[in-house]
Amino acid sequence: MSQEIQVPELGSVGLLRYGWRQLTSMRTALILLLLLGVASIPGSLIPQRTQNPIKVGEYFKNSPELSTWMDRFSLFDVYGSPWFSAIYILLFISLIGCVLPRTIEHFHSARALPPSTPKNLDRMEHHTSWSAQGDELEKARDWFKSKRFRVLEKDGSISAEKGFTRETGNLFFHLALILVLLGISFSSLFGMRGMAILNVDERFVNTTTSYDSLQFGKLFNEKNLPDFALTVDKFVAKYNLVTSSPEDYTLDVKFAKGDLSQSELRTIKVNSPLKMGNTSIYLQANGYSPVVTVRDSNGDVAMQGPVPFLPQDSNLRSIGAIKVPDADPQIGFVGSFVPTYARSGADGAVSVFPEALDPRLLLSAWIGDLGLDSGVPQSVYRMDTSKMNQVGLKSLKPGETFTYPQGSITFEGYLQWVNIEIVNDPGKNYALLGGIVAILGLLASLFTRRRRIWIRVGKSVEVAGLAKNAAPGLDVEMAEFIAKLKGGK
Amino acid sequence: MSRNWAYLSNYLVYSSMAVYALSFIAHAVETAWAVRVTTEDSKKNMDYKRTVKVARVATAMMILGFVLLFAGVVARGVSAGRVPWGNMYEFSITGALAFSGAYLVALRKHDLRWLGLLVSIAVLLTLGTAVAVLYRPSAPLVPALKSTWLVIHVSTAIISGGVFLLANAIAAAYLYLDAMESRGERTTWAKRLPSLEDLDQLSYRLVAFVFPLWTFSVIAGAIWAESAWGRYWGWDPKETWAFITWVAYAAYLHARVTVGWRGRKAAWLCLFAGSTFLFNYVYVNIWGSGKHTYSGL
Repeated sequence: MSQEIQVPELGSVGLLRYGWRQLTSMRTALILLLLLGVASIPGSLIPQRTQNPIKVGEYFKNSPELSTWMDRFSLFDVYGSPWFSAIYILLFISLIGCVLPRTIEHFHSARALPPSTPKNLDRMEHHTSWSAQGDELEKARDWFKSKRFRVLEKDGSISAEKGFTRETGNLFFHLALILVLLGISFSSLFGMRGMAILNVDERFVNTTTSYDSLQFGKLFNEKNLPDFALTVDKFVAKYNLVTSSPEDYTLDVKFAKGDLSQSELRTIKVNSPLKMGNTSIYLQANGYSPVVTVRDSNGDVAMQGPVPFLPQDSNLRSIGAIKVPDADPQIGFVGSFVPTYARSGADGAVSVFPEALDPRLLLSAWIGDLGLDSGVPQSVYRMDTSKMNQVGLKSLKPGETFTYPQGSITFEGYLQWVNIEIVNDPGKNYALLGGIVAILGLLASLFTRRRRIWIRVGKSVEVAGLAKNAAPGLDVEMAEFIAKLKGGK
Repeated sequence: MSRNWAYLSNYLVYSSMAVYALSFIAHAVETAWAVRVTTEDSKKNMDYKRTVKVARVATAMMILGFVLLFAGVVARGVSAGRVPWGNMYEFSITGALAFSGAYLVALRKHDLRWLGLLVSIAVLLTLGTAVAVLYRPSAPLVPALKSTWLVIHVSTAIISGGVFLLANAIAAAYLYLDAMESRGERTTWAKRLPSLEDLDQLSYRLVAFVFPLWTFSVIAGAIWAESAWGRYWGWDPKETWAFITWVAYAAYLHARVTVGWRGRKAAWLCLFAGSTFLFNYVYVNIWGSGKHTYSGL
């Protein structure tokens, strides 16, 4: 697009108009598009908070100064950062500014008839002429009709045009991209996403307090959480005996909707979430919760139940912390759970298979201050032992008890836990529709050509054609057309 | 039973490597001996008849290699009772298959045999790396991969990749010949190669042909991610790079169609876009983190 730049008297309106023209010019759009590609690179090389908060934490630990600076430029949050948003918002404004006028123009030209046949057809491409038989115009009319050309017939000549689909497809493609973006924004405003870790037999009621982590869209209302409850009925994980890699996870839940009075048995698998309107329930992870009973020196139960441990490798060696803040003095255990125990010289206790064939719980017991009241948030899987003293170390089989001066802990057994993710994504269907329309538009615009064919019949027949953007293939079509005209009925 | 199929697959892949090697040698012979220029007269009227036979052998070997590799990929799938796209070894042998397949399909319509040298060596290197470094015993799929979308998403991604890389090879040839021409005349062996305009057009057409397929592959991946991971887009490194590739090719198409870029500038942009695809395949699969960690390495 060319723009006249009037250097003197570029008032504020002129400046705005100039800016708008610059922004909606194809060159700017192209630069913004490439910039968007380049801008997404750092997020794939630097760990991102949304995907890998632990690694981000390690960055801060290892080089705090550098990390602080990187954080100032949102390098740990690239895809939500102001500069990334700026690029794609500018790109979409530029896109809208470019596509809307084109849509209006295209709408008008699609309803208009093709321009009348030029006077000097012999100046056009693909020009041929031969002496007339008389019925050429009629044949041409039929042929154009069968090929769905739009025609204008005037004074013994036909001007025919075809291939508006190209621009239509192109416009639909760009409009569909806007729809995708709207779908994504819609989800981020009105959606929610939450996680919960549930032991087998545990019940989950869908209220905000049941979640371990929960994110809302800015306009999501807590009251919009659908009423349901589920109880983990059974979880089965199958593993390959040779490679230990998982082959199947099946989670059966008792699922109750609405007033929660009636429940039905539903199955959730990795590729088939439980769907309920816009809300889906996914099976995301699983692991083991050792079940323990902690007693004080009098033999009274201080704590009892399953404690989820966090898997560390593909054989599900898991680590965790058992904290008993109510004991006096406070007591805690740093533990590791191995489902199938083996000893390795270098690493100590390891797991050699993810199924619990020979489980062990390895514990070190600590007495002192758990530091839970300091206000600093703590991971439930880790324990701050800086103000504690170790009182013992023990490896337990199920049913065994470890007794230390201040009490005892019994390893009763284990339960499996599952991590379910509950997602409400109201915009995804718009985004999907946008994606489908984008592909169809793309196909239409890449594989159709806009072209005109003319015929004038007097003493001789004259035909010519013109393809926009010199698209190939018109010569073939012209040959077919001419053969039709020359051929008998 | 399944172990026998796995062994059969390995033998077929090895045999295809031998045949691709023969094809490479035949292409090399053709390239080196196609013309003999001794006199001023023979410089003007170059005669390529000397290597017609060896050229036919080269293409025949390429086809045979393709058939053997195809059988090898199928046998690998049978051995595991699933589509053979579960780890990086399998991605690589299928990718090599797609690349040589894209070349053979394009060869039917265009005179592309000069590219055979490059295609055969690229396929050989890919297969060699797959066999030597990436090989993993045939095994069932992890739960996240158990989906119909695996077939749809991965097959379209591999085909797109094959065609993108072919377009890349042609763009690279363009730049090479362009540099040669700007220094003076093409050297004798290069005279046989298509004109710069033809190369320019061909790489554009390949990209324009396969860009909708790539778009589809990304969307299919998003639909699958929604059902397997609970979100259709999460800026996982693999997704990010697929997006970068998409953006780069979109920019390439716009630059050509709307802004009118041709020749050198377009070829560089094409090479850049293709290299983002390669980067995604090599770097993100092996060293990257994220959810697409199926390389098995």
